[in-house]
Amino acid sequence: MTSLAPPAPRGSTATSAQGGRSGSVAWLAAPAFLMFVAFAIIPLIGVLVLSFTQWDGIGDIHAAGFDSWRSVLRDPGLVHALWVTFLIMILSWAFQTPLSLLIGVYLATRSRYREILAVIYFVPLLLSSAALAITYKALLDPNFGLGAGLGIPLLQQDWLGRDNLALGVLVFVVSWQFIPFHSLIYQSAVRQIPKTMFEASEIDGAGRLRQFFSITLPQLKYTVITSSTLMVVGSLTFFDLIFVLTGGGPGDATRALALDMYKRGFQASLMGPASAIAVILVLVGLGLALLLRRLGGRDATESQMEGV
Amino acid sequence: MATTLTTAPGTTTPTRPTQPAGGGRRRGRFNLPAGFAGLIWLAIVVIPLYWILITSLKTQSNYFLSNPFAPPTEPTLDNYRMVIEADFVRYFFNSAIVTAGAVIPAVLISFMAAYAIVRASNRSRFLRSVNAVFLMGLAIPLQAVIIPVYLIIIRLKMYDTLLAIILPSIAFAIPLSVLVLSNFIRDVPRELFESMRMDGATEWGTLWHLAFPLIRPALVTVTIYNGLSIWNGFLLPLILTQSPTQRTLPLALWTFQGQYSINVPAVLASVVLTTLPILALYAVGRRQLLSGLTAGFSK
Repeated sequence: MTSLAPPAPRGSTATSAQGGRSGSVAWLAAPAFLMFVAFAIIPLIGVLVLSFTQWDGIGDIHAAGFDSWRSVLRDPGLVHALWVTFLIMILSWAFQTPLSLLIGVYLATRSRYREILAVIYFVPLLLSSAALAITYKALLDPNFGLGAGLGIPLLQQDWLGRDNLALGVLVFVVSWQFIPFHSLIYQSAVRQIPKTMFEASEIDGAGRLRQFFSITLPQLKYTVITSSTLMVVGSLTFFDLIFVLTGGGPGDATRALALDMYKRGFQASLMGPASAIAVILVLVGLGLALLLRRLGGRDATESQMEGV
Repeated sequence: MATTLTTAPGTTTPTRPTQPAGGGRRRGRFNLPAGFAGLIWLAIVVIPLYWILITSLKTQSNYFLSNPFAPPTEPTLDNYRMVIEADFVRYFFNSAIVTAGAVIPAVLISFMAAYAIVRASNRSRFLRSVNAVFLMGLAIPLQAVIIPVYLIIIRLKMYDTLLAIILPSIAFAIPLSVLVLSNFIRDVPRELFESMRMDGATEWGTLWHLAFPLIRPALVTVTIYNGLSIWNGFLLPLILTQSPTQRTLPLALWTFQGQYSINVPAVLASVVLTTLPILALYAVGRRQLLSGLTAGFSK
């Protein structure tokens, strides 16, 4: 990262802008670059620095060596938060991937009926996480929600009041929100599979299932990896939803990493340990992205660069 | 939404008139299990949405007495009036200011950067590193850097202002925007740039008079994507503002829900009201909105 700074003075070519000669365009990238450095790169370095300090969020910042790291790493809360994060990640991945894939394949076929379904399927994309969390909170309320209203005892559970149920609800709401997005990715990927492949297999007498497993699925390999990367790395950052839906509760049952960071930093005013958690968050995210990249041969960024 | 239902198929049929419809899948062969599963998923999607809508039209007392899925016998807009009287107009404008104030500059500077990267990154080491930084930036989660961002905003004396939300929003919109826009600019034939240069156009002029109109669809896409994520953003307003006058809609929803959690119809009316602008956008430009959402992600 340090090697990035020196070339900046090339912005001095700004004077030749009127000239319009080649090589004089670098300054055009300067505003975006400066903005990004100021509010993303410097904070990224800053969070590492802050993890070695003591700060309550208001007063002065003091150097504190490895104190925050020591307290965070010794705290069983970290292991718990990692475990909750991992559970949410795995469960929501396992739930979303097959469903998104099937819905994507289903919607890829162009028919008027499916077009209409698609219009409705994608509506959940429009709601904010906060709005969704609020809706489900009301819907699942044991006293005022759906179960009580319908009088069905099975639905009348204290959905958000029991550890495993709350986690399950979270996974469901996450899936409800994001399956449309991943279906959309799969839909456009399926539409890019050469039609001739299906025609050839049809001549060979392949059935629908055979086609799915022998053509569609292998052809979607990179899409599965892109979508999985987005799901897995994205699940690290679930904050709005958990914060509004369960607040990390009941107890600490849904206190995932990002929420743990917020609570330590902005509620308990321990910015040092919270920064340490944030560093862990970045490292876990990078680790997972690299792992998935190795699994698939390329990663989300690369696959983004193709296509279009 | 009803309008899109009718226009949507109409817009696709002209491009693919005959029977081998899909790019990948062949025609819509009748498929009973798939159709059935499709309907189940439809129910899963629609039931909560339907429930939000009808409940928001019920009175609070009616809500507790009636079947939750029965439409209200006497629909009322009182809940909506209550939400609007709870200062939601102000929150709406705050959200609009933040969204417009962040998205427009973000897209413009990303466009400039993408143009420079495509035009000259083979000659400029600076541009290559800028591109590398943005690509790496895709992997930086906002949550992870929120503490230093908070510190910076305090030091800039911008805490509890809308600008505090706008600046980091711009920064975090840049990487994906640059990626998508540069992919589109790369598709512009080189000869067009050359002929602009022959005609004596400056890079600045080429940027606005050639690249801008040519990649306008991509600009729309990126604007929509960023607009939606900033409009729905929760973390930055939560951390960087405090007073009710600076509240944006998602945050207002949350506090409103905290105050009136018993009044479910009113809470749901607030959910409908905050989603309405996006729903309207969806009705008008569904295709562009959806392509905007997956701009950088489809293979």
